[in-house]
Amino acid sequence: MEIDKYYTIGIYDDDEVVLNAVKKLRAEGIKIYEVFSPFAVHGLDIALGYKRTRLPIAAFLFGLTGTILALTMMTYMMGIDWPMIIGGKNFVALPPFIPVTFELTVLLSAFGMVGTFMVVADLKPFKKPRLFDLRCTHDKHVIAIDLAVNKFSKEEINKLFDETGASEIHDKNF
Amino acid sequence: MEVVSSIRTPLITGGKSVADVSDDICRQVEGAPSRSWMLAIAVSSSFLIVGAYAVSVLLWEGIGVWGLNKTVGWAWDITNFVWWVGIGHAGTLISAILLLFRQKWRMGINRAAEAMTIFAVICAAMFPMFHMGRLWVGFYWALPLPNTFGSLWVNFNSPLLWDVFAISTYFAVSLVFWYIGLIPDFATIRDRAKNQISKNIYGVLSFGWMGGAKNWARYESVSLILAGIATPLVLSVHTIVSMDFATSVIPGWHTTIFPPYFVSGAIFSGFAMVLTLLIITRRVFHLEDYITVGHIELMNIIIIVTGSIVGIAYITEFFIAWYSQVPAEQYAFINRATGPYWWAYWTMMTCNVLSPQLFWIKKIRTNIAATFIMSIVINIGMWFERFVIIVTSLHRDYIPSSWAMFYPTRYDVGVYMFSFGFFFTAFLLFAKFFPVVNMAEVKSIIKGYSEK
Repeated sequence: MEIDKYYTIGIYDDDEVVLNAVKKLRAEGIKIYEVFSPFAVHGLDIALGYKRTRLPIAAFLFGLTGTILALTMMTYMMGIDWPMIIGGKNFVALPPFIPVTFELTVLLSAFGMVGTFMVVADLKPFKKPRLFDLRCTHDKHVIAIDLAVNKFSKEEINKLFDETGASEIHDKNF
Repeated sequence: MEVVSSIRTPLITGGKSVADVSDDICRQVEGAPSRSWMLAIAVSSSFLIVGAYAVSVLLWEGIGVWGLNKTVGWAWDITNFVWWVGIGHAGTLISAILLLFRQKWRMGINRAAEAMTIFAVICAAMFPMFHMGRLWVGFYWALPLPNTFGSLWVNFNSPLLWDVFAISTYFAVSLVFWYIGLIPDFATIRDRAKNQISKNIYGVLSFGWMGGAKNWARYESVSLILAGIATPLVLSVHTIVSMDFATSVIPGWHTTIFPPYFVSGAIFSGFAMVLTLLIITRRVFHLEDYITVGHIELMNIIIIVTGSIVGIAYITEFFIAWYSQVPAEQYAFINRATGPYWWAYWTMMTCNVLSPQLFWIKKIRTNIAATFIMSIVINIGMWFERFVIIVTSLHRDYIPSSWAMFYPTRYDVGVYMFSFGFFFTAFLLFAKFFPVVNMAEVKSIIKGYSEK
């Protein structure tokens, strides 16, 4: 068995308590594997020292791709490949191209960003989730600490869990 | 632990805890279907079956089975299309625009409203497709695909093509937005599931969601950006639908007021349909603590605002027709109010302009029975609005010798029934097998916004 599969977990009932616990544990120098919550706890990512996600940048770039794709497509089809006189208008006129350009910008931006999210967050239909506690999607917040990467002993970490208000403390091995 | 703020109106009543939220919402997913649900789905699927017969005849015989004639070439089909698209505006409005405005009351209702949006957009998309007659070549006619017509491309100058892009983008983005929201809730159901079958099904649906802080941060970011891009999208969809009419030179259609007028009409009827569905859903699934009278009142306030905008738009159209001094335009509007379709016009005026004004009275807008009746009245009115705009503008065109009336056949009615059957069957299946309230979002406001 690989050694990094030994974890100790602290289970918390309240989102504010877990937020303070994370701050305390990190101040002590403990490396936290991850905190699992039933809902988004605001400020938890900052407390854990995570960098801001770059998904908005991905959304922008995919959107830009959509804009360029739409304008190129319409210019090619209406202006180069098969120009047709429709109501005496210019072959390539910007105003009537705006709605389709806008829609394709939004479409590619949304799908590109969500696709990127699925990849980076490792979400896929037949993935088997490695759950530390079944209640972390119900009403409990779970702090998981990988024992192999920490210089602290399990007892020391569990003591801190207890001090910061954990309602339960367990071992979890995968 | 519960903290009740004295200055905030509670959004969740009944002193719920975080655990109560998943228990209450998952109960109807986990339990056997109730008798009332079975009865409801029996009714809606019988509509679907009867409608399917009408649709088969339509596809076999062609659109000649409808009551269209050479003067009135667009009638129920496009009326139903615009009506359903309009209804499909409330869901994304609630989840996107209200998210950007940080309106936390959206959390109790956004899931069901988004589901309604998706089904309504499918219903809407049916009608232009049926009207193409040959459904199976519709892709070549509507999408810019290389083809054997001498690579004759679709016409990007046409608002009908813009519609193809707008509706399909709106459908796709709403579906993604809805599904992203469902993922954490599917994970909740997966982890509560007692039997292996539902564990597997919800396991696949939940995409292996674990609820780690890193993923929650990404999830929040994705939701916010999706809301940001879905907001102009919602407004663009009905704007483009209105351009189907506004860019033509038919008197009564050729007006610049159409985009804002159609968008507010869409929100108006969409909220009415949300109310119709949620008033039943909260009762059947005992969700009175999550979808409160407060929610209903707030939705009714949006109905007054959008209904009044629609009313002003009707009056403005009339004024501008007179002010323009264009005889054809003036005749079109006089004919609407006093011509052979006067009854449709006055039904529209009564249902859309007068009746929502009753919601100024607090007693009425906080009364569930009154709201339910009103929500149906509004959607009848909004159907007639589209009928009036479309049929009365067409039936008396420039040459009096070609003036005609439109009489629907049973296939017009049958295809409309099909869309109703589909809509309610899909919504009932959603309500039974999917969490009807966004549990993860509601859990996040339990502390600040719940009643002790």
